[in-house]
Amino acid sequence: MATEILMPALSPTMEEGTLAKWLVKEGDSVKSGQILAEIETDKATMEFEAVDEGVMGKILIAEGTQGVKVNTPIALLVQDGETAEAPAKAPESAPKAAPEAEKAPAAAPPAAPKPAAVAVRAADPDYPAGTPTKSMTVREALREAMAEEMRANPLVFLMGEEVGEYQGAYKISQGLLDEFGPKRVIDTPITEHGFTGVAVGAAMAGLNPIVEFMTFNFSMQAIDHIINSAAKTLYMSGGQMGCPIVFRGPNGAAARVGAQHSQDYAAWYAQIPGLKVVMPYSAADAKGLLKTAIRDPNPVIFLENEILYGKSFDVPVMDDFTIPFGKARIWREGTDVTIVSFGIGMTYALEAADKLAAEGISAEVIDLRTLRPIDYDTVLASVQKTNRCVTVEEGWPVGSIGNHISATIMQRAFDYLDAPVINCTGKDVPMPYAANLEKLALLTTVEVVDAVKSVCYR
Amino acid sequence: MAPRKTPEKSNISRDELLGYYREMLLIRRFEEKAGQLYGMGLIGGFCHLYIGQEAVVVGLEATAKDGDKRITSYRDHGHMLACGMDPKGVMAELTGREGGYSKGKGGSMHMFSKEKHFYGGHGIVGAQVPLGAGLAFADKYMGNDNVTFAYFGDGAANQGQVYETYNMAELWNLPVVFVIENNQYAMGTSMKRSTKSPSLWERGAAYGIKGEAVDGMDVLAVKAAGEKAVAVCRAGQGPYILEMMTYRYRGHSMSDPAKYRTREEVQKMRDEKDAIEHVRDLLVQGGHATEDDLKAIDKDIKAIVNEAAEFSKESPEPALSELWTDIYA
Ligand SMILES: Cc1ncc(C[n+]2csc(CCOP(=O)(O)OP(=O)(O)O)c2C)c(N)n1
Ligand SMILES: [Mg+2]
Repeated sequence: MATEILMPALSPTMEEGTLAKWLVKEGDSVKSGQILAEIETDKATMEFEAVDEGVMGKILIAEGTQGVKVNTPIALLVQDGETAEAPAKAPESAPKAAPEAEKAPAAAPPAAPKPAAVAVRAADPDYPAGTPTKSMTVREALREAMAEEMRANPLVFLMGEEVGEYQGAYKISQGLLDEFGPKRVIDTPITEHGFTGVAVGAAMAGLNPIVEFMTFNFSMQAIDHIINSAAKTLYMSGGQMGCPIVFRGPNGAAARVGAQHSQDYAAWYAQIPGLKVVMPYSAADAKGLLKTAIRDPNPVIFLENEILYGKSFDVPVMDDFTIPFGKARIWREGTDVTIVSFGIGMTYALEAADKLAAEGISAEVIDLRTLRPIDYDTVLASVQKTNRCVTVEEGWPVGSIGNHISATIMQRAFDYLDAPVINCTGKDVPMPYAANLEKLALLTTVEVVDAVKSVCYR
Repeated sequence: MAPRKTPEKSNISRDELLGYYREMLLIRRFEEKAGQLYGMGLIGGFCHLYIGQEAVVVGLEATAKDGDKRITSYRDHGHMLACGMDPKGVMAELTGREGGYSKGKGGSMHMFSKEKHFYGGHGIVGAQVPLGAGLAFADKYMGNDNVTFAYFGDGAANQGQVYETYNMAELWNLPVVFVIENNQYAMGTSMKRSTKSPSLWERGAAYGIKGEAVDGMDVLAVKAAGEKAVAVCRAGQGPYILEMMTYRYRGHSMSDPAKYRTREEVQKMRDEKDAIEHVRDLLVQGGHATEDDLKAIDKDIKAIVNEAAEFSKESPEPALSELWTDIYA
């Protein structure tokens, strides 16, 4: 009986991958555990091992094929003496997969671009109209920002677990060790409290460290140095001694990694005077804001998101593109309601705005981008126009950024409100592992749509 | 690691050897199955396999008595199987189902069993070390002679809290065996790239803690060292450090680019040091078992693992109401 070999899932967030290389050919016999192929995921190039013994009957997906969805049949394994022509299990999908595979590498397939998701998009105010742009992932944008700042300033260096030889646990620092060498791209042991203290000390002495936390969950080991040593020093020294340092890394939920690895720290760090807190959504913002963060003379918390790393956006092609802190971006203009969000929350906010537009509700979508300082003026001006507001964030509801925005609107624009502000947040529970419960714990677009309808009394 | 010389002429009984063989094989086959289920998308998130390190837990569990406790990191499937937890419940937790040890809410890295005194399953590197000392503190407080096994990796050994714990554990003579599972890598960072200490167990000397390095690929050596450590702890002379020299064959978790070591290095370990092959040789060469006997065991184990996999697929997802339970006692 021929067995289909399926494209494997090789990382928590992998939905598709590139079949980089076949290490066996048709007719080869394979043993269980033998490396069949190299597969490139969003995180790394990995070897894919055979589970069953048999003979490679037919290779269904040619090497070099990109965007192969998880669980697509990639080859047929037959037992000795069988032919690949008799796929016992899947007479349907196997032949279908083959022609597709042949097509793929040739002409870049016009992957039926969805009608531009963001229909009513406010002009990008961060760079002059007419500036050429290129499409870039958030991952590439972050890397470029670090590389540019490291080229410009020899005092900037990167430190963290697996940032160098491993090329970054999430490939953000890929290539930086090659360009800047081990003096400036420093692999640390697993000792967050220790290396954060070392980096803060180095910043006090005038260097400009970038500390990568493999994920922000591990920053809790180091939070004492971030708050007590970095954030308060300028104040305690009467302005003599500051701490120009950036703490960056993925924040929030990835996929199915459980309670200890899925937490949003936006509200935590935004509470601390002395810190600046940035949480970008788009690649352009990631780049422009990270460059600003590295130049800032204060400790900056820079919250990234694993799920956004692979998303592409237009980024301006400019010699030196920076975005100032404390300036929100209006992604979409609208008249009926203001949706305020940031980071991954923007995915839900923008999706909801599309859905609402189809139902005749015009939503203005604001991306705060920085949470300390916060651009209150943009939010208040919008609410004064729409008279309604919904906030959207992934973190927990108690003491959330949304709570703070609501309180500010109440104090400064009470008379403009036609409805109480609603905060859409993650559920008030530790993140469960089970797929169905995780889905329920996370924010959804439907919840945002419902909240908007509720403040619009629809 | 030097290749093992000859099988020791041992006075170990046939039953004991067969027991080790079965338990180590169960872990290995279970982990292979977990890897397959991950590839099929039935297991999500992180999944850290224990393949290669089986002799460490199996050898140490052979020295434990009822009431002893154990705690470890996210690389925890082997520890759970070795202390007698049900493979069905472990696998169903990996697939995030109601029948799992944490009702699907914990996942691969976070399982617990009060009944078997297994205290997790911890995702923050190094966190289990002070927790383990706390378990031992409770036993000392209660005045019993239970011992806690606190397992952690070579990477975790660089966390500061390990040394804060060492200091207190020796100061208070806590009955805890610190088991460093030195598999030589912390993700992609080899020991050489993370410390200049020639050995990890010797760091305990700064706090007055006794310890030793052990061939962690040899279940008999592990058991012998474990007996010594446990005896010290039961006698109120703890703690004790065992640095188990071992090796993981698979990637750190399922997503591992495997560029930090050569395939030859891994193959050499498998060929020369494999813990299961070692016991197999002892059994066959010592005339304790025939190839057919071992085949029968292989078949048994396969059946147990397949049953666990079936259960883990058939057990339903947790009820949606479970999202809101177990947050407060
Ligand atoms: C505090 C903290 N930092 C970083 C990580 C990410 N991480 C998970 S496992 C790991 C390597 C640990 O290696 P080791 O202690 O040798 O254990 P092994 O995986 O080899 O069993 C790292 C860096 C984490 N989970 N917790
Ligand atoms: Mg290790």
